[in-house]
Amino acid sequence: MVKRTYTVSVYTENNVGLLNRISAIFLKRHINIDSFSTSESEIPNIFRFVIVIKMEPSRIGKITKQIEKQVDVIKVFYHTDSETIFQESALFKLPSDVLFEKRQVQNIIKNSRARIVTVSREYFVLEKTGFRHETEKLRRDLEKFGLLQFVRSGRISVTKSKLPISDILEKFRQNKNE
Amino acid sequence: MEDIKTSRSEVNQSQPLMRISGAEAIVRSLLAEGIKTIYGYPGGAIMPVYDELYKFQDQLHHVLTRHEQGAAHAAQGYARVSGRVGVAIATSGPGATNLITCIADAMIDSTPIVCITGQVGAHLLGTDAFQETDVIGISTPITKWNYQITRAEEIPEVFAKAFYIAQSGRPGPVLIDVTKNAQFDFMNFTYEKCTGVRSYEPEININLKKISKAVELINQAQKPLIVWGQGVILGNAEVEFKQFVEKSGIPAVWTILGLSALPTDHPLNMGMVGMHGNYGPNILTNQCDLLIAVGMRFDDRVTGDLNTYAKQAKIIHLEIDESEVNKNVEVDIVILGDCKDSLPLITQSIKPKEYPKWVQEFKDFYQIEYDKVIKREFYPKSDGLTMAETIDKLNAQTGGDAIIVTDVGQHQMVACRYAKFTQTKSNVTSGGLGTMGFALPAAMGAKMGAPDRQVVAIIGDGGFQMTIQELGTIFQSEIGVKIIILNNNFLGMVRQWQQLFFDKRYASTELINPDFVAIAKGYFIESKKVEKREELDEAIKVMLSHDGPYLLEVVVEKEENVFPMVPSGACVSSVRLE
Repeated sequence: MVKRTYTVSVYTENNVGLLNRISAIFLKRHINIDSFSTSESEIPNIFRFVIVIKMEPSRIGKITKQIEKQVDVIKVFYHTDSETIFQESALFKLPSDVLFEKRQVQNIIKNSRARIVTVSREYFVLEKTGFRHETEKLRRDLEKFGLLQFVRSGRISVTKSKLPISDILEKFRQNKNE
Repeated sequence: MEDIKTSRSEVNQSQPLMRISGAEAIVRSLLAEGIKTIYGYPGGAIMPVYDELYKFQDQLHHVLTRHEQGAAHAAQGYARVSGRVGVAIATSGPGATNLITCIADAMIDSTPIVCITGQVGAHLLGTDAFQETDVIGISTPITKWNYQITRAEEIPEVFAKAFYIAQSGRPGPVLIDVTKNAQFDFMNFTYEKCTGVRSYEPEININLKKISKAVELINQAQKPLIVWGQGVILGNAEVEFKQFVEKSGIPAVWTILGLSALPTDHPLNMGMVGMHGNYGPNILTNQCDLLIAVGMRFDDRVTGDLNTYAKQAKIIHLEIDESEVNKNVEVDIVILGDCKDSLPLITQSIKPKEYPKWVQEFKDFYQIEYDKVIKREFYPKSDGLTMAETIDKLNAQTGGDAIIVTDVGQHQMVACRYAKFTQTKSNVTSGGLGTMGFALPAAMGAKMGAPDRQVVAIIGDGGFQMTIQELGTIFQSEIGVKIIILNNNFLGMVRQWQQLFFDKRYASTELINPDFVAIAKGYFIESKKVEKREELDEAIKVMLSHDGPYLLEVVVEKEENVFPMVPSGACVSSVRLE
């Protein structure tokens, strides 16, 4: 069956070892994780993992149930790309001389709407947030100018529709306030 | 832990605070959970707890096993027969890793156990200290929950949470790793049982719309079939299940872990499904028009080839674990929740019915199986004893009232096929993981979990030698288990596969065995070896009536095969009788 890209959003308690527990579920089934990021969510002390995987539509629901079954996991959702707003960030470190000596580089920066984060005598750092193909194009464009370092973040994503998690989390917040 | 903390501080102000060590807090936490017996093995990183166990020995009985694996399997055996949480305790490093097989076994067979491991001091974590192992990392994929305690004050709430998680919902193993400093440090102790964890909702409200759809299908069915699993036993739903079976009149068949939930001689108990299940249940799985799965998970040893499994039937699945729904088999109606809640709702709404012609089909297939397989095994023409006749003769003397604990392999399949049961929670076996070495220590725990009952461990000569050292525990702790070794001097099930699928190339399956009677004697356990048919009845009688542990070695035919058999990955209705 044809695989599709899914963004899996996992809401969890903030506990040591949970990352291991979630990644083990993919490992056990020999599934490669394309991208993984985690941060605190809209509710204090509740974390949101954003995991991107390619998977057959028939399997995605099964694996998210396995994740949701974990005691410290509150709720799991999965979405296709068209159902989410998603972005990635990338940082590019280049030697400073190209910035001043190559007009082309200045044009690339301008056209890509990348932002200069810092400039020093030896190097400068660009930041670009966008879709994968945008950061990827910028990387290709800059490669020939001696890219010193390149790093891209995992996908971060919010859904277009309201997630029922908000209600669950709201209940937690109220309990806490009582 | 935020959730419990909040509720605890409100409820618990009446209890006096006690200033005690973490180690004492662990023992007091176990006592607060009603634990009376634990199984374990001491070592450096758990010594403070053992020091407290010494002081509390009149309240909390510690059984010293001969290997940590023995301890956790014993905890499993205890849990399986009593329905309560079994507890095993071990030190860090090798002590902890020796528990791993048992934890994996308890995970796949949904057995509620809590394992406690010592750990190096928190300041040494990650330094490759002596006997340091990342047991949290190692046990993560095979525990329902695990937690590392690094501060003494965490102990009561983590223990309360552990016991709650282990036994609620679909039960499973929990591991608590306690660093040595947390055992030594002092803390203010109060204990409040855990009643909920906000991210975990084990109690599910039954969807009544699904119930009425199920009732409709059941009322319409012409050839319905019930397949039940361990969920009936774990949910303590034996009575509700029996009422459902009897009112519906539907023939019922079991998975290996469901065995004993309904008495063997119940008129609607039609036998076992799966690879070595009965002939009729396997064939008729592919002829029924409605399959009602109760507390079972469509394991591959049950279904065989999924593309040909019960394709003609509508399927209703009563299941407590949502991740098991539509995992292997797509079903028509899912009734999520504890079958103890859902079964009575179905029973009250269905029409009472009988299916005499359909039930007769099972009986006809049984007759074929009897003529081709069972008769030959019960009444063999050759001199060599068979495993089946041993079980048959055991049945005759126990009347089916014994707890039967089996290991893994041919003897396990034979014992589960033929052992009779009159009571539930009486079949203890390693189903999902297939752990050789399980039976002897599990039988110890079973005997301690049901001290008034006869516990008979039936073990092959291979598996017996994997945990043979537990004879020492049986002797020291005076555990009155009866042990039958069905000795064919082979790893019989592997040999059977080699015969059938590898052109009889018996690679490393023949065992040259020690004198088991002499070994038992070395442990001061009464013992006898039987090779002749005429001695068997009397030997079983002596064993069962002996006051204390007893080992009976029965030498059986070397190259018996277990039939019926659904070859691995084949269609269940292609079950072979020879």
